[in-house]
Amino acid sequence: MPSAPLIELRNVSKRFGGVRALDDVSLTLDTARIHCLAGENGSGKSTLIKIVSGVYQPDEGEILIDGKPVGKLDPATSIAHGVQVIYQDFSLFPTLSVVENLALNSFLREGRQRIDWRRARKMAREVLARLDVKLDLDATVETLPAAGRQIVAIARAMLADARLIIMDEPTTTLTGREVERLFRIVRDLQDQGIATLFVSHKMREMLEISEHLTVFRNGKKVTEGPIADFDERAITRAMTGRDLHQGKFTAPDTTGKTPRLELRNVSVGDKAQNIDLTLMPGEIVGLSGLIGAGRKAIAQAIFGLRQDMTGEMRLDGQPIAPSSVPEAIAAGLAYVPEDRLSEGLFLTRSIRDNSIVSSLERFAPRLWLNSEKAAAQTRKMFEEMAISAPGIDAPVGTLSGGNAQRVMIGRWLMTHARVLILNGPTVGVDVGSKEQIHGIIQDLTRKNDLAVLMISDDMPELAANCNRVLCMREGRITGELSGATLTEEALDAALSNETQGEPA
Amino acid sequence: MTSQTNPKAQRSFLTTMLSDETARTNLLLGGICVLVLVAMTAMRPNMFLSSYNFESMAFFMPELGILSIAMMIAMLTGGIDLSIVGVANLAGITAGTLFGMMAGENGSSVLGLGPVALGVCAALIVGLLAGLLNGFLISVLKITPILATLGTGQVFIGMCLVLTGGPAIVGFPAGWNAIGNGKIAGLPVPLLLFVAICIGLSLLLARTSFGLRLKMIGTNPKAAVYAGVRRGQMIVWSYMLTGGLAAMAGILLSARTNAAKSDYGSSYLLQAVLIAVLGGTNPAGGRGNVIGVALALISLTLLSSGFQMMRMSNHLIDFVWGGFLILVIALNSWRRHRRS
Amino acid sequence: MSFLRSSDAIILVILAVAMVLIGLVNPAFWQMSNLFSLLKSNVVIGIMALGVLLVMISGGIDVSFTAFAVAGMYLVVKVMVALDYNGVILPFMSATLIGGLLGLMNAGIIHRFSMIPLIVTLGTASVVRGLVLGLVGTSNVNINKMPTALIEFGKTDLLVLERANGSTYGLTAMVAVYLGLALLLHLVLKHTMIGRSVYAYGADPEAAKRVGFSTGRTMIFVYVTAGALAGFSGLLHSSMIWLANPRDFVGLELDVIAAVVLGGASIFGGRGTVLGTVLGVFILVMIQNSLILMGIDTTWQRVVVGAMLIAAVTVTALRDRRALV
Repeated sequence: MPSAPLIELRNVSKRFGGVRALDDVSLTLDTARIHCLAGENGSGKSTLIKIVSGVYQPDEGEILIDGKPVGKLDPATSIAHGVQVIYQDFSLFPTLSVVENLALNSFLREGRQRIDWRRARKMAREVLARLDVKLDLDATVETLPAAGRQIVAIARAMLADARLIIMDEPTTTLTGREVERLFRIVRDLQDQGIATLFVSHKMREMLEISEHLTVFRNGKKVTEGPIADFDERAITRAMTGRDLHQGKFTAPDTTGKTPRLELRNVSVGDKAQNIDLTLMPGEIVGLSGLIGAGRKAIAQAIFGLRQDMTGEMRLDGQPIAPSSVPEAIAAGLAYVPEDRLSEGLFLTRSIRDNSIVSSLERFAPRLWLNSEKAAAQTRKMFEEMAISAPGIDAPVGTLSGGNAQRVMIGRWLMTHARVLILNGPTVGVDVGSKEQIHGIIQDLTRKNDLAVLMISDDMPELAANCNRVLCMREGRITGELSGATLTEEALDAALSNETQGEPA
Repeated sequence: MTSQTNPKAQRSFLTTMLSDETARTNLLLGGICVLVLVAMTAMRPNMFLSSYNFESMAFFMPELGILSIAMMIAMLTGGIDLSIVGVANLAGITAGTLFGMMAGENGSSVLGLGPVALGVCAALIVGLLAGLLNGFLISVLKITPILATLGTGQVFIGMCLVLTGGPAIVGFPAGWNAIGNGKIAGLPVPLLLFVAICIGLSLLLARTSFGLRLKMIGTNPKAAVYAGVRRGQMIVWSYMLTGGLAAMAGILLSARTNAAKSDYGSSYLLQAVLIAVLGGTNPAGGRGNVIGVALALISLTLLSSGFQMMRMSNHLIDFVWGGFLILVIALNSWRRHRRS
Repeated sequence: MSFLRSSDAIILVILAVAMVLIGLVNPAFWQMSNLFSLLKSNVVIGIMALGVLLVMISGGIDVSFTAFAVAGMYLVVKVMVALDYNGVILPFMSATLIGGLLGLMNAGIIHRFSMIPLIVTLGTASVVRGLVLGLVGTSNVNINKMPTALIEFGKTDLLVLERANGSTYGLTAMVAVYLGLALLLHLVLKHTMIGRSVYAYGADPEAAKRVGFSTGRTMIFVYVTAGALAGFSGLLHSSMIWLANPRDFVGLELDVIAAVVLGGASIFGGRGTVLGTVLGVFILVMIQNSLILMGIDTTWQRVVVGAMLIAAVTVTALRDRRALV
């Protein structure tokens, strides 16, 4: 390409306290190219986004835009150069209309004091036409589904004369079909000369959409190149620093035993239909599928969080139908939610409080809390889970992702859970901890005769930790892999078959 | 997220104390108490240190103290209760109306202990029911606590007006007044009651599953549901407790003044918020303790009493309280900034 | 038209139904003199409600405006009496300015310390009331001392009608002042960037910041305007009742907040219209004033207002919950 790259970072470093978030990173983003930035959580992806968008200033290194050094890049300058970031939460105004969400940005940039509603509508119509999508301009954004909101966010970026749109984990909340539409839009943007930087940790979309791939690990760029040079294995290795295809989990012989958890013909609202599922004691069963396939709905229904479940559910042969979380916990069910920070942990509270919160009945049969017993049991769990922290009184907010997740799992040890549902067990956990957590889950399953249902988007994780994996698609279980057929490749094939089968 | 792994698992008692936010706040508050005490004594030694002054404080401080603790409990779950003064007055007026009905022509002052006990029960039941209503609106209908309690507060005050027709109810039975003015073993009854409530609630919040659950809800309401805390139920209980405490304050108020009126103690609302926040309660939920609130109460009461002795108008004392609230907010924000 | 689907339309329907019902109970409701006095009672609460609306759209709540109204009113009248000044424009400008400056204090504290507006405004209300009563005075300025220019201004009528017995009654011109302010605020909220920034901030403060709104400026606009409206309405009140009482407006906060919530504004911010608020104020004032017409004892007034507030917030809570799904 003869022209200078759109944006070039040269030897950029950024430190926070003693932590090197970015370490001597160079990155070139070309005009109208779809580039993918891959890496696990904490690998420096978000720091890089914030440096390109001018939110952070690098400690070392320089940034060039159109071949010219820009010196100090602040958010306004970055926007003026055509950089737009679409964050995971989209940063839209839920109570305002689509028109307004689209126009406010531009009017603000033009430094206007008054609002020309007619022009706003015209702008909105034009930009949606460029994207070839139809949206009710007067609908408030809060009434749109996630995919609609994302389109508003993309359209807003285009109105800001974007030359580079950075999308942070754009497919997390989309269904398979919506992902396809997003990909089509991104290619259209490319035709219009707009570059896209996908920030993601999902194999499939990286391989499908991007032309160029850069992989970060621990704040360093580990590899980059045209997408054709990579396959999934190579990307995984680059992201994690090792081949995760280590060993396999084998379940004990369960013939003749009563299933720990059994679902017969279970449906959950419009999210999942006719689900049959059996978990034997000592088994780790994976649940694979795209977001929106109904995996979370099933998990929530089992755990008493949804009131719209029909069908039969048995625990150790006994029919149960928990209508609330306390009932589910009392029955021996446990759920580790995907969003640990907002749904799982009490960050300012101590490890002890976080651990005993679900088993309080045991430590406080009436009202009085037996602190000695609670502390002793917490300490026991603390040792068992090998949590690295100053003590059980440390606030959970001060722990690393891996240790926080151990507390989360430890909480369910203390309720004597018999069925453990894990949703994204190692999301946001650094690579080293990841394997240890896998080890803990496998040990617990063997030792306590647990039955584990593991929901994950991480194929190597499923392949290495499950003795069986069920594949879900659009609310139904569409297949099962186990034994020798359970490989990453097979799991991926099952997923991509699924997308090919869908209308684009 | 970075891990703060400290290899030294054993830390000295003092550092643990000082690293604990609650303990630090309480230490600071204790310091303020002593400071105010010393300053006031230096300025007006004979007046301030007189036993009369302390005794009068011991009589009127408990009402406000109980209301502040009630406010703190509402704040623990991230709520607020703006109806406490209305509940307090309604409780006192209900009891007064009841006494009026029981005594008939003879005047309430002749009533014996039985009717007084009945009155206390009626007042407390009013408080619990008021709290139940608040809890229902907040946890079942999902109304923001501010608006729900603002509305119910008006309803309660309105009911006071309906019951009394406007003027104060005066003349309570002697047994009732003893709750507000009596002494046991030389100590004022209100003070004894307040100390008992402080101890009881302190234990309830720090040593029971109830207290822990409330704090967990306040820290992260969503995670509390996922952890199996019955959030709605707990919130209803917490507002009932708040209502009951407010009724208790109403009993003390009407017993001390021998009267009950719809707009008594209206300045207590702000003061209760102030004392709760000053006492280390996080209005966003999750943090609060009785000792802090009690220390904040004592330091502010000492301060007011000092100002009063210097012949400052009551209105300027309002000014000082408001200013203090803002100062506390500023201070907390500054501390938060420095830490992060 | 989308108006028919809006909450304003629903409020309008409720208002119409209430009017018909009250008229059925007591036809005297429909007498011109009653309607005129009803409109007159709307003015002061209405202007205060405009300020509260602004604060609520921004996602806050304000309980200090009554104190600011007292400060604007009492300080200005006191100074006028002391200087023997008799005028209209300068006093109203001063009262507005006093309110605005006090509002600036709110904005500063709330923005700077990122503290819950309810608690901040509880504090500033106490500070301002304490200062006014403690330093300026506690006695009323009665009609015999009130500046005549203010009284005359308050007496201005838009139109005067004659009763059968020959006595006259009029529609106060202050209604025009109120509606003028309402229209102005509507235009600002609907058609200017600063107006939309209030909605944006209320809808999502973080997103507003990311898009590039200066949130400090928005907060200043919101609280200064609310304070200024309060100061203005305070003086207007005293010129309409020919009296300046430094203990006035105690407890009025709730009526005003109730009216704004009744008008469809959300305490979570981002929602609310001037039209809705004007209608909400009208409903509240109408029901309060009509209790006597309907033969209900006035001691029930507070109960009714409280119950209306609870009903209104229940409805909006249900609406907001549905919107979240």
